[in-house]
Order: sequence, then C-alpha cells, then structure tokens
Amino acid sequence: MLRLEHIAWESPDGEEIIRDIDLSIGKGKLIVVTGPNGGGKTTLAKLIAGLVTPSSGRILLDGEDITEANVTDRAKKGIAYAFQQPVRFKGLTVRDLLDLAAGGGLDDIAICTLLGKVGLCAEEYIDREMSASLSGGESKRIEIATVLARNAKLSIFDEPEAGIDLWSFTRLVETFQELREEQDGTLLVISHQERILSIADEIVVIGDGHVKGAGDREVILPTLLSEERTIRCPQGKEEICHE
Amino acid sequence: MNKITETLLRIVSEYDGDFKGAFNIREDGMCAGRQSTENVRIEPKKDKPGLEIHIKPGTKGEKISIPACVTRGNVDDLVYNDFFVGEGADVTIVAGCGVHTDSDDEARHNGIHRFVLDKGAHVLYTEKHIGTGSGTGARRIDPVTEVELAEDATLEMDTVQIKGVDSTIRKTTGTLAARATLVVRERIMTDGYEKAETDFEVTLAGEDSGADLISRSVARGNSHQMFRSVIKGENRCTGHSECDAILADNGTVSAAPALEASHVDAELIHEAAIGKIAGEQILKLRTLGLTEEEAEEKIISGFLK
Repeated sequence: MLRLEHIAWESPDGEEIIRDIDLSIGKGKLIVVTGPNGGGKTTLAKLIAGLVTPSSGRILLDGEDITEANVTDRAKKGIAYAFQQPVRFKGLTVRDLLDLAAGGGLDDIAICTLLGKVGLCAEEYIDREMSASLSGGESKRIEIATVLARNAKLSIFDEPEAGIDLWSFTRLVETFQELREEQDGTLLVISHQERILSIADEIVVIGDGHVKGAGDREVILPTLLSEERTIRCPQGKEEICHE
Repeated sequence: MNKITETLLRIVSEYDGDFKGAFNIREDGMCAGRQSTENVRIEPKKDKPGLEIHIKPGTKGEKISIPACVTRGNVDDLVYNDFFVGEGADVTIVAGCGVHTDSDDEARHNGIHRFVLDKGAHVLYTEKHIGTGSGTGARRIDPVTEVELAEDATLEMDTVQIKGVDSTIRKTTGTLAARATLVVRERIMTDGYEKAETDFEVTLAGEDSGADLISRSVARGNSHQMFRSVIKGENRCTGHSECDAILADNGTVSAAPALEASHVDAELIHEAAIGKIAGEQILKLRTLGLTEEEAEEKIISGFLK
C-alpha cells in the first residue's frame, strides 16, 4: 500500500540524512522500524507523513504518487502521524484534539474508549487542556490517542514508548496488537523496544540513511538480538574501557 | 428598546427575549428596562448616572444582568454602577457591553463598576464586549472595575472582548482582606487598527489573600495591545499573573508586569509569553487533516475560549 522509491533527503545544512531508501509496506501489517539513533528513522516517518519533502525519489500510496502532496492532503488521504515529542496547546482540550482527529462527532463514550487504549482514565483527562499542565507521559499517551482516533489507512508512531511508564507501555503493546487484529489499517511503529519488535509482522532496520535490513520478524529479530552489545563505557571512553 | 440593542444583548448577555432575575438594560445612556427581586434591589443613583445594586446577605444562585448598549454615533455614555454584595451571598453578575455606530461619529461606553463584597461573599462577574456597525466612527469601551473584598470573599471576573472595539482602556483595581480571593480571566482579540490596554493593580492586604490574573490575547492586523499589571503583596499571600499573547500579521503587544512584595511571606509570580503561533502546533493540526488556515483559526479560538 505504501512504496518508497529511491528516497533521499538532506538537512538544511547539507547533511545527507536519508540516502536512497527503497521500501514497500504491505496493507494491514504491523511494521516496526528500528535502528541506531541518528540513523534517519524519524526523518523517514516525516517524509511519509509529508512533514518534510524528499530531495529525490517518489512516494506512492496505493499506487498514487503523493511525493508532492502536503501534510494536510496526506492526512486526508489516510496517513496519520504520532509525533515523538507531543505538541502542547494552550486552550485546546483533550476532547477538542480527539474530536478534531476523528473528524468530529466523538461522544464521551468514544473518547473514553480511546483514552482507555492508552491507559488513561477519561474522567480525569477529557476536559484537561493539552498544555504544559500535563506530564510528559500523559501528553505522549494523548498524542498516541489522536492517531488512534483517526482510524487511518496508515498510522505512524514515532517511538511511542518514549516517556511512558512500564504499566502504560504494557497497555500500549496490547493496543497495537488489538489494532493489528481488528483493523485493516497498516501500522508503522518506530521503536527500539524488544516487546514492540516481538509483535511486528515485519521489521525494517534503518542506519546511516539506508535500509540495512528488512523482512519478516522471524528472520530479522534473531539477527538484531545476536548483534546486541551491552555498552557500559561512557561515550568517547571506549578505548580506555577495552584496554 | 431598539432593534440594535436587542441584537447586541443577545451577543453580550444571556438575553433571549427576556432576562431571568434582576436586571437593568442601559440603552444610549437611558434605562430601557429594570427589575428588582426580593433579594436584589436595583436603584438609580441620586448624584450621578448609574445604579446602586444591593444584594441581600445569604442570597444564593441568583443572576443579575446589567448590560449597556450604545446604538449610534455621537453618544459618550458614562455610568457608575456600585454593587454591594451581602455577607455569604453567592451570585452571578452579567455585565455585557455593545457599542454600535453606522455613522462617522464616535460611540463610547465608559462603565465604572465598583464591587464591595462583604465577608464570605462569592461573585462570578462576566463581561463581554463587542463593537458593531458599518460607520467609520470609533467604537470605544473603557471599563473601570474597582473591587473591595472583605475577609473570605471571592470575586471571579471573566472578561472577553470579542471584536470590533476600536479602542479600549480597561482598568481593574482590587484590595483584598484576609483569605479573600480575586481571579481575573481576560481574553482580548484585536484586529485592524484597534488598540487595547489593560491595567491591573491588586493589593493583597490581608493574610492568606490571593490573586490570579490570567490574560490571553490575540493581536492581528495592525492592532496593538498593552498589558500592565501590578500585584502588591503586603502580607502573607499568593499572587500570580500570566500574560500570553499571540501575534499575527503586524500585530504588536507590550507586556509590563510588576510585582511588589513588602512582606517576607508574600509569594508573587509573573509569567509572560508573546509570540506567533508555534509552527509545530499548526503542523500537528495539519496532520489531523486541517488546512493551515483552519489550524490557525482552531488554535486561536481554543486559546481565547
């Protein structure tokens, strides 16, 4: 349903962040994108959602070239994107945002269900402002709920685990599993968490702006785990540690 | 009452063809309707234009409406309204104001409201302002609010300037006795060449008194806003003021907050933030399917809600 053809992107200061990415994502799957920090995962998500425009290459959604489509148009075509850093709004409440995300007409029961999926008690949050009065973890979960509310063709979650406590994380993993089973939509989750990797249909490994590996979880996950290194040295002091 | 007054009343007050409870309608400086109730006595002042409103001690749940409308140019309306709220009363006072001119003459309303709250009284005071009409004459609203709160009294003041007021200078002063609380929420939208000035001065005289002043404003077009606040802590007290302004187009905003503490246990805080709408806020709403313009409108209307 989504195809990236030779996608490249340079940062405004000329650094090549994404170099020639070719990727196909099938309908109704749970794809987890992983890889080292700074490897281009968030940029890839932003390229798909239209927050940044590739310097070369094409993006196709269900066969339609959406490379030049802006953020709004892509949202209308069925792409939803959960920011890694939730955006705060003075004045807009949790209800306002979820209602906007769903395109209007969300009743209290629907909002309650959505908040429940991210481990929040609706009564406490429904009329709270999406402002700095919410903690990092709370606003992150509401950010995720805004994407769930969209019921989109393609939902992208950028490090959904970041800032979320262990108990809420467990609920979130369940939610991703439920979504995969109940909905036709495709889920693209950027994550380092083994528990999220372990529920993926497919895993894509991004590093240095390239696809380092992609395929079924059963094939990719064992290679990732075998490559895992426990680094106990402070950054820049590795030589001393290994002496 | 004329048609313009009726239209303005529907915008600035809870008028739906009638008022529930005590009311006084002021139209172009004259009385266009008045009603007292058993607990709320509204009487004209003897020495100057305006009203004395007496609310009996212990009155609960009543709503008092005192809207004022200027419906044509060449009217400069000045009114003094004094509210005396009895001990333990808990009421809502609605004081909307609309100014309208279809000519090149100025339409102005200058309402000087004094609130004297007795011990333990609680008042929710709401004020909506709007300017309308096709004339080039300036629409001006210059409200002055003076608040005296006795021990344990609370005044919550909720003011909104919707649009179309060319010039406003809003002055609010308050003196608070022990454990009294003043909460002010102000929202102002200016556009075109409109000017809005806000001046707060609150004296926290009594022990454990508290004030919370929250101003949210949007300056569009070539409009200008000025926010000044002074919170004086003369006793063990808490004071907080917050001025948030969104700039659009060529709008300009000045904020000059001041805190004066003359007691070691006075805790006073001020926060001020001025800037355009954050790009990431627009981006987030666009990822939900809104256009850039729709996102801006949604952010502004939420901010001023």
